[in-house]
Amino acid sequence: ALSQERSQSQSPRSPGAAAGAPFLSICVTDPVKMGTGVQSYISYRVITKTNLPEFEGAEKIVIRRYSDFEWLHDRLAEKYKGIFIPPLPEKNAVEKFRFSKEFIELRRQALDLFINRLASHPELKQSEDLRTFLQADEEKMDRARSYETGIFKKPGDFIQMFKDVQSKVSDVVLGKEKPVEESTPEYEKLKHYIFELENHLAEAQKQAFRLVKRHRELGQSLADFGKAIKLLGACEGDSLEKVFSEVGSKSEMLSIKLQREADNLLFNFEEPLKDYVRAVQSIKATMLDRANAFRQHFDLDQERKYKELNLEKMKFMNPEKFSESETEFSELKAASEEATKRYEHIVSVMNDELARFQEQKTADIGLAFHEFAKGQAKLAKDIADAWRSILPKLEACSSS
Amino acid sequence: MMSSSPPAGAADGDMETLPLAAASDYASVASTFDPLLSSSSPASPPAPAASPLSRASSSFVDPPSYADVAASSPRSASASSSSSPRSARAATSEYSYIAVSDPETEAEAAATSLVPGSAPTYISYLVTSARRGDHRRHSVRRRFRDFVTLADRLAESFRGHFVPPRPDKNTVESQVMQRDEFVAQRRAALERYLWRLAEHPAIGTSDELRVFLQAEGKMPLPSSTDVASRMLDGAARLPRQLLGEEAVAPPQDVVQPAKGGRDLLRIFKELKQSMVTDWGGVRPPLVEEDKEFLEKKQKMQDWEQQLSSASQQAEALVKAQQDMGDTMGALGLAFVKLTKFETEEALYESQRIRAVDSKRVATAAVKASRTCRDLNTQTVKYLDTLHEHLGIMLSVHTAFSDRASALLTVQTLMSDLASLQSRIEKLEAASSKVFGGDRTRLRKVHELRETIRATEDAKCCALREYERIKENNKIELSRLDRERREDFLEMLKGYVTSQKTSARHVHRLHMQRRSSMVGRQWRRRLADMREDHRMTQHISLCFVGVHVCTM
Repeated sequence: ALSQERSQSQSPRSPGAAAGAPFLSICVTDPVKMGTGVQSYISYRVITKTNLPEFEGAEKIVIRRYSDFEWLHDRLAEKYKGIFIPPLPEKNAVEKFRFSKEFIELRRQALDLFINRLASHPELKQSEDLRTFLQADEEKMDRARSYETGIFKKPGDFIQMFKDVQSKVSDVVLGKEKPVEESTPEYEKLKHYIFELENHLAEAQKQAFRLVKRHRELGQSLADFGKAIKLLGACEGDSLEKVFSEVGSKSEMLSIKLQREADNLLFNFEEPLKDYVRAVQSIKATMLDRANAFRQHFDLDQERKYKELNLEKMKFMNPEKFSESETEFSELKAASEEATKRYEHIVSVMNDELARFQEQKTADIGLAFHEFAKGQAKLAKDIADAWRSILPKLEACSSS
Repeated sequence: MMSSSPPAGAADGDMETLPLAAASDYASVASTFDPLLSSSSPASPPAPAASPLSRASSSFVDPPSYADVAASSPRSASASSSSSPRSARAATSEYSYIAVSDPETEAEAAATSLVPGSAPTYISYLVTSARRGDHRRHSVRRRFRDFVTLADRLAESFRGHFVPPRPDKNTVESQVMQRDEFVAQRRAALERYLWRLAEHPAIGTSDELRVFLQAEGKMPLPSSTDVASRMLDGAARLPRQLLGEEAVAPPQDVVQPAKGGRDLLRIFKELKQSMVTDWGGVRPPLVEEDKEFLEKKQKMQDWEQQLSSASQQAEALVKAQQDMGDTMGALGLAFVKLTKFETEEALYESQRIRAVDSKRVATAAVKASRTCRDLNTQTVKYLDTLHEHLGIMLSVHTAFSDRASALLTVQTLMSDLASLQSRIEKLEAASSKVFGGDRTRLRKVHELRETIRATEDAKCCALREYERIKENNKIELSRLDRERREDFLEMLKGYVTSQKTSARHVHRLHMQRRSSMVGRQWRRRLADMREDHRMTQHISLCFVGVHVCTM
């Protein structure tokens, strides 16, 4: 379910392709099992085709595994606060299913979707980390990965952490233990909407998953029943045996159709719903970022106001310390302004993101529902046709 | 099927372009249906006469409403659908009406209890019946024990026949079920049992059944549980047996298989005989020579085995259908809630669009779930034939063992005769060696000849009985062949038809989406999405196979 997300980045079909319009086309394919035993994993081939100047060449093929995608996702989440980073498929899977054909294919599709959503996002597609991911050789990739998961953090982070601790302490000291949250009525409404939406979607997705299972189970029992009916007919003999055999064969045939529909539902109905749930969770993550950004802005702002007042007093009461305090104050003011800017940036980005998200999701889910109805309609038609076709034989038997 | 269906072989794409007119017949159904408000009655398919889309090709009438299927209503020959063989048999049976109803608790008459009010109780049922051609209805009160007695009496009188098995005394369910549920189930089972008896060509006209159904007051048939008197009978005879005097079973008794208490001697003898027969020591004087019968018996065994397996698979199938219906319903419910939520909390226009979409899915899923559950009721009804015939196999076993024990009786008597004869010969030979004859021995020979005569009579009776049972077996086997054929054909037809009808209905449900789709723009957008989607699916082609490619 890619809807518009692909059309901007795909080369062959977009209108401007022939004229040399910029394109970035990525494909995640060829899952291969690597390694043995507990340490085994799946590697994917990532093929990039582009004419963008920022890239090293027209075509590049690299081998990546899930944790590489994870690294990219985390980097983007850190750098692009406010943007709903496209979700990754679930990290952990029950050991039994980790290498089942379905699981591998579902994961591959989800990763493909992920990378293409990045490539069609106006801001994310310019990320350097994305380019590294798409082009770097294994050595460079390893280095990039270890740099991040390591203890190496930017100096700015230290100050931030310190300030966080500070404000927490002052909160406690001042008796303001409850973290402050922004509470405009629109944002409240939005938060409530997102949280409720996740619940409803999760329930729908759970039932959709169960429905896939039911189709498989019904298919299996139809096959078993068909076989038993055929054997029964063989005992009966005479003309009835043929009839039993027909019913049995049709049952077996329909069992196959049910298995196919189960696959169809899994890939084209349940997975899009799951994708929707992941997307909502990504929004929640952004909301958390926003809450943090708000708190920082708010706390620093409070601090600044407080210091400002003190500064005025100090000018007259303690002139020697004034200049030192003044320097401190201007640092604080800069930090506060930066925090406010960061927060406001997140807010404005979120607004755009929300509009984009709503539109895309409407299209994605619309398609999923369409596939559901179509698949079920076709299955029902096949079932009706199959049974209808042997009724004449049954009729003929009773009249004889 | 729908007269507007695309011609065979049309690509799936044609399904997209079905004229809206086809859907509009059902639009009114769809629009008046609010899953949140509607009652539990299913949206039944439009009556065949009214709808232009139905075809009158099938002579098998679709059941008008699935609600009739519940087994609780008393059956009369006229109520059930006219074309079923079961009802045809009921229509020609001796009785035109049989019903079991009004369960009531009664206290045991002879019970004494120190604590008033805690006397042991039992349930009695009102059994109402009417003979064909007679307007009078008889009503009697019977308890389960009376049914057991009836079954025992019939088993005795109708050896060799396939006597329908009575409902079980104690089922596992009776322990775990609620009283009311158990009583209701038993009531229905007893009613079915009486009908089966009535439909049996021989039993239906029997005195035993008539007396059971019509004799007012206490159950008039002698019960087998009169243990006390039987014990006395046995005890009275025992000394004679122990003393070694020849006790010849009176001829009429050989007509019954050896039973406990009275027939100890006979049991021992027959046991010895059967061992002789089994171990092949002495070739029994009479063997089961009817090859046809032996073949038939083997066939019955094979049939029973497959029947049992099919019955198990049928149960699994029903469960799978049930689960499918339940999950579909839960899915629909989840989408109903989602729809409600998106409608009430809409912040964006796109949410309203999504709400319309999800409402469609919700409605279709909820309706499909109901259709599935209705189908399951039908499936249970038809596939029940498998279970019923398993029950019939029990009576076949009984009939075959009636035959075997009758044969054993004959064999035992014949070998008795043989040994008596040889004793006489020995005695005569010994006596002839004594000058002037041996009076004691000769007297003994005379007694033995008397015994032989009596035994000969008994043997003739037993042989007649054996032949009678053989004949019954034969008649019943051909009756069973015929009825089995009829029943299973009906089962298959019913199963196939109900599956077809249900699938047709579900197909219509999901095609309704056409009528609520909004505008050309939307359709174009979907077309673009499908194009992109097809490209994605191309990659997973190798996995999900051809099916996806034909989207």
